Amino acid sequence: MDISSWDGTLSSSDFCLAAHAFTEKWKRINPVLPPWSWVPQAKITMVEGYLSLENMCILRSCEVQSYSHDVRYFDFHIVYSASYRVPVLYFRTYSSDGQPLLLEDIEKELPGKSTNVLMESKWTFITQEEHPYLNRPWYKLHPCGTSEWMKLLFLTDPSLGVSQGVPVELYLSSWISMVGQAVGLKVPLEMFNKRKE
Amino acid sequence: MDVGAMGREAQKYVWEGAIPLQIHLHESEVTTLPHPSPALVLAPRMGYLPLLLPLLKPHFSSTLPPGVDTIWFEYKGLPLKWHIPTGVLFDLLCAEQERPWNLTVHFRGYPGNILTPCEGEDSVKWSFINSLKEAAYIVNGNCKNVMNMSQSDQVELWYSVLNGNMEAYQRVSSKLKLEKVGDQYVGKPNSNLLKSRTNTGETDTGGPVKTDKCFTLRDAVKALLPEFFVEKTLIDEEISRIELEEESRAPSDDESNTRNEEDVEEKQRENVECCCPSDDAVTKLKLVRIQGIEPKLEIPFSWVVNNLMNPEHFLHICVCVKVPQAKPSPHDT
Repeated sequence: MDISSWDGTLSSSDFCLAAHAFTEKWKRINPVLPPWSWVPQAKITMVEGYLSLENMCILRSCEVQSYSHDVRYFDFHIVYSASYRVPVLYFRTYSSDGQPLLLEDIEKELPGKSTNVLMESKWTFITQEEHPYLNRPWYKLHPCGTSEWMKLLFLTDPSLGVSQGVPVELYLSSWISMVGQAVGLKVPLEMFNKRKE
Repeated sequence: MDVGAMGREAQKYVWEGAIPLQIHLHESEVTTLPHPSPALVLAPRMGYLPLLLPLLKPHFSSTLPPGVDTIWFEYKGLPLKWHIPTGVLFDLLCAEQERPWNLTVHFRGYPGNILTPCEGEDSVKWSFINSLKEAAYIVNGNCKNVMNMSQSDQVELWYSVLNGNMEAYQRVSSKLKLEKVGDQYVGKPNSNLLKSRTNTGETDTGGPVKTDKCFTLRDAVKALLPEFFVEKTLIDEEISRIELEEESRAPSDDESNTRNEEDVEEKQRENVECCCPSDDAVTKLKLVRIQGIEPKLEIPFSWVVNNLMNPEHFLHICVCVKVPQAKPSPHDT
């Protein structure tokens, strides 16, 4: 795919390719973190599914010391949106006693940087919507600006090597390093660079 | 009557469409005797259930226990999703078209683990705008026209939906420049035009293949749910073969094993049957319902979209499927 005519979106089959490249890379670079897994959805004529990372434990960022009640558990799902043709981050979060947390509480606890990301971009905002596969309310980062900033990201970062075409296998790691910030998911820098060694 | 006038008349019917509801207050929220009588209201097809609050609250307020109102509805124990237009809920859940439609209303105990939170009219409005944005993105590749709508246009648009005012709606929505769907047959339908909760068509190859053939409602439904159409073309035979394999591989406990095999056999027989040239398509669809009617599948899809879509620019197609005995339909949600 030529970068100049690329609109920042992915086809659903590219999403599957990108998802598998992403899970492998995540395992290699973050061996101690829980792995992402592909959750296939029964479809007769095509491959469909989403990426899932559950029970991710994130310490409350504002505390220096962490007590057990300061631990937050996150479930992250990356779902492909056929309308926007981009990945969408769905998440939910609960405290150590299993109580789900409300958006207000989540936003209060986000690191300052995340709040900035959310504030600065009118495109990135969190809403509670139905999970397209689970049909239950989940939080979601709205995808309507994703293609635009993904295109910018790929055009402006020389380390992504876009001169050789759009590197589909890097799409999700670049994307998660952006959206992860908005929800306090820290992504190691190594995830976000260069084509395959 | 020419086609255009027919379309305008259809739109008018759709906008004026309403469903008679008989709404009962859930008994756990009745604190007075005798029990309050059910409320009878006409709910616009294009509307959303929480918007009925101003009609229902006065009817039930005197008997409610103390607390804060968060209205939600259920039908036969199923909590109803408020972001789905009332007419679509009725078409989906009420295959027999019971009238009046008996619903139960709750003002307390919102099932937040099942339904997305609804804080009154504002939540409904934003859900509507978000759907409109999604539609704009599919049509134009961006949602700038919706994002940049003036405050007064946004208010007017929402009020036109709230009050079922078609003329006002058409005046404002024409500014969004969401092109009408064309008539031409699209050999490889653009998956972006077709979206389904459970299934999404997908194509990676370039532009649509244009022919003289008209793209019909049948073509559209088939693109979304190919598994319900078994046709005598090479590609479709391939699909049905895969389908049969999927079926036979489907995990099942010992008891249902035999039944599964019977299903497969039955399908194979269907395949053989549809090899006779007179039979154009053997479907397992029971009925396709849009805005309360069962349109002929030969109608051009563009006509269906342009005249029967909801104001958020989505066409809601309710598909009723014949379920093989004792096996849940993959499209039950």
